[in-house]
Amino acid sequence: MSTGFEAPAAIGEINKYDFRTESPAVFKARKGIDREIVSQISEMKKEPAWMRDFRLASLEVFESKPMPSWGGRIGVDFQDIYYYLKPAEQQGKTWDEVPDAIKQTFDRLGIPEAERKFLAGVKAQFESEVVYGSLQEDLAKKGVIFTDTDTAVREHPDLLREYFGTIIPPSDNKFAALNSAVWSGGSFIYVPKGVKIEFPLQAYFRINAESMGQFERTLIIVDEGAQVHYVEGCTAPMYSTESLHSAVVEVVVKKHGRCRYTTIQNWANNIYNLVTKRAMAYEGALMEWIDGNLGSHLTMKYPAVYLMEPGARGEILSIAFASAGQHQDAGAKIVHAAPHTSGRIVSKSISKNGGRASYRGLVKVEPGAKKSRSSVVCDALILDDRSRSDTYPYIEIEEQDVSVGHEASVSKIGEEQLFYLMSRGLTEAEASTMIVGGFVEPLVKELPMEYAVEMNKLIQLQMEGSVG
Amino acid sequence: MSAAEKLVVRGLHVAVEGQEILRGVDLEIGRGEVHALMGPNGSGKSTLGYAIMGHPSYEVTSGSVELVRADGSRLDILSMEPDERARAGVFLAFQRPMSIPGVRVADFLRHAVTNVRNPGRKEGEELMPMREFRDELKKKMADLSIDPEFARRYVNDGFSGGEMKRAEILQLAMLRPKFAILDETDSGLDADAVRLASESIARIGGHEMGILIITHHEQLLEHNVPLRTHVMLGGRIVESGGPELAAELHKKGYERIRSAYPEAAAAEKAMEDTRTAEPAPA
Ligand SMILES: Nc1ncnc2c1ncn2[C@@H]1O[C@H](COP(=O)(O)OP(=O)(O)O)[C@@H](O)[C@H]1O
Ligand SMILES: [Mg+2]
Repeated sequence: MSTGFEAPAAIGEINKYDFRTESPAVFKARKGIDREIVSQISEMKKEPAWMRDFRLASLEVFESKPMPSWGGRIGVDFQDIYYYLKPAEQQGKTWDEVPDAIKQTFDRLGIPEAERKFLAGVKAQFESEVVYGSLQEDLAKKGVIFTDTDTAVREHPDLLREYFGTIIPPSDNKFAALNSAVWSGGSFIYVPKGVKIEFPLQAYFRINAESMGQFERTLIIVDEGAQVHYVEGCTAPMYSTESLHSAVVEVVVKKHGRCRYTTIQNWANNIYNLVTKRAMAYEGALMEWIDGNLGSHLTMKYPAVYLMEPGARGEILSIAFASAGQHQDAGAKIVHAAPHTSGRIVSKSISKNGGRASYRGLVKVEPGAKKSRSSVVCDALILDDRSRSDTYPYIEIEEQDVSVGHEASVSKIGEEQLFYLMSRGLTEAEASTMIVGGFVEPLVKELPMEYAVEMNKLIQLQMEGSVG
Repeated sequence: MSAAEKLVVRGLHVAVEGQEILRGVDLEIGRGEVHALMGPNGSGKSTLGYAIMGHPSYEVTSGSVELVRADGSRLDILSMEPDERARAGVFLAFQRPMSIPGVRVADFLRHAVTNVRNPGRKEGEELMPMREFRDELKKKMADLSIDPEFARRYVNDGFSGGEMKRAEILQLAMLRPKFAILDETDSGLDADAVRLASESIARIGGHEMGILIITHHEQLLEHNVPLRTHVMLGGRIVESGGPELAAELHKKGYERIRSAYPEAAAAEKAMEDTRTAEPAPA
């Protein structure tokens, strides 16, 4: 696959991710959060009592927990946010049924094309509800479930309830509790025993209402010997007021199962992106998180893998790009809770124009997790003197017989590299874009083709105006 | 030959970190001519190449570098950015090429070739068509006995010394500049590879390219017989001659030169001393 760089995009491209579409919101709860709002959300969704009670209990946890004291400054006024917005009466079944205004947004994001190209179902979340979804028939025949989480509450209550909130309980952290109280949308995937899905399942998420939080909730269950690659991408239009995105993603990978979860997020500069992602991997299972974070005002995100049984493996690859006014506090967490487990963390960050990128990671080896191996590699590239990069690698080892390695490097974009490329006719902007592209290449090449192209494009957009 | 386009260097003074390295270099190379540049290590040969190409650490304190066209019009190279110099037809094969991890040789070269062949290209405009580029690259790699896999590797990343030099020659072949400075393009190559390099450079240059070959040896000159051989010492070209001068220096070294030009030899020694006088780390 070529990940060649076309030159930075023309002006029209710059604004590609910056448009807004007027969409008539059919139902909009008032701003703020309290028991009434939470009950109303549950009622609107016609949820069973257990889910309403779960929401209300989570609200109490949310209210009792203080803000995290580390990471970045979270300047969110919880009472100044809309927590629920339903964009259309019905969930669209086919493209024709999707309302025009919403279609325009997706059109501009290239979703219909992607739908044609993409091999499996496209799930597109618009505002709080999934409005469009399709799933290849043979997947359904194999017993694969790929739907939005609201539908799953209605149609697969037993399966969902067995795992929902067990991997990340509301008590885990303030934002997990908030999500548990007001969640809406997100994907629910079940892959039955031995079923291997060869192509990636895709979802697009997008925020499109001022001051509106988006709280999607994703649950993936990969049964024994099964395999899935789930891909989500995000682009968000720019807004003048701050916006909150706080998702929860729970994954269970059973014996000898495999799951890869790929995310590319490109939020507008005013968005707080506070996401809790965690997977449990059982005997011989493999869980991979591939996480690209661009944009947002503050991102705090540390995908985790808990290695629960012997032979479980966890890999976390992340890229963060922090530009002016952005703080990426991203990282990874691997917990070795059983012997013969292995973990690998590769983190790459780029900061420019005063942006700040931090790696915050934890490798924990619990007592008895003998012969476990873990490695952490973090590389930071700083493009100018105003930008900043920090590393907070925590390692807790409570077992002797293990191997844990950590390497970190911080480099400035090399004058020598720039000169070399420029001496071959590349402009300074083209040369630095190429160097940055090369820096993230080891991760980008892990992405499905369309996403690799998109990622390269996003990096180009980020790089524009970086020179001087 | 006087009508051909020329690269003209006049009274060039260059400083690095405030220290003067080149102390007045004059050189004139016409398209179709080969010149050899020799001189002991540290005499300033690479500095001349960097200064002509526009490396930001090499500050030109006085003098000029110009392209003088057949009609007498002049292009001031020193006022241009390095990429503009490349687009104007100037090329430097690096003594120590830089590695660019994650950037594939083919992707980099396609971009470079596109810019150099359309000097007016703006950022974001179309690249050279993929198929056309690939066919040309494949052919040129075959000419240089370079494994096709090479195109997919990351630029100079993990290359052996010999691979780097062959990659530089490949770039020369693809970019087809008007003027090329080849800085020790023979170092790191074994005898057979130097012979191949020598032939390739002659073929690439044809009678169109003006070439300055910086070398300590004669082999690279086998197929590129220099019109003039220049000897640099202490930041100046102290003597120029024909191919026999290259042969002499190669066989006998720089003793005669040092004693014939005591002032340049003293400057060379002074430069060396400031280098070794760097304070040791505490
Ligand atoms: N980037 C640099 N920084 C500091 N000193 C340099 C640099 N480049 C060259 N020099 C100094 O300039 C002098 C000439 O070096 P160079 O041009 O590399 O010589 P040559 O190529 O003839 O061996 C040497 O004294 C060298 O130490
Ligand atoms: Mg040199």
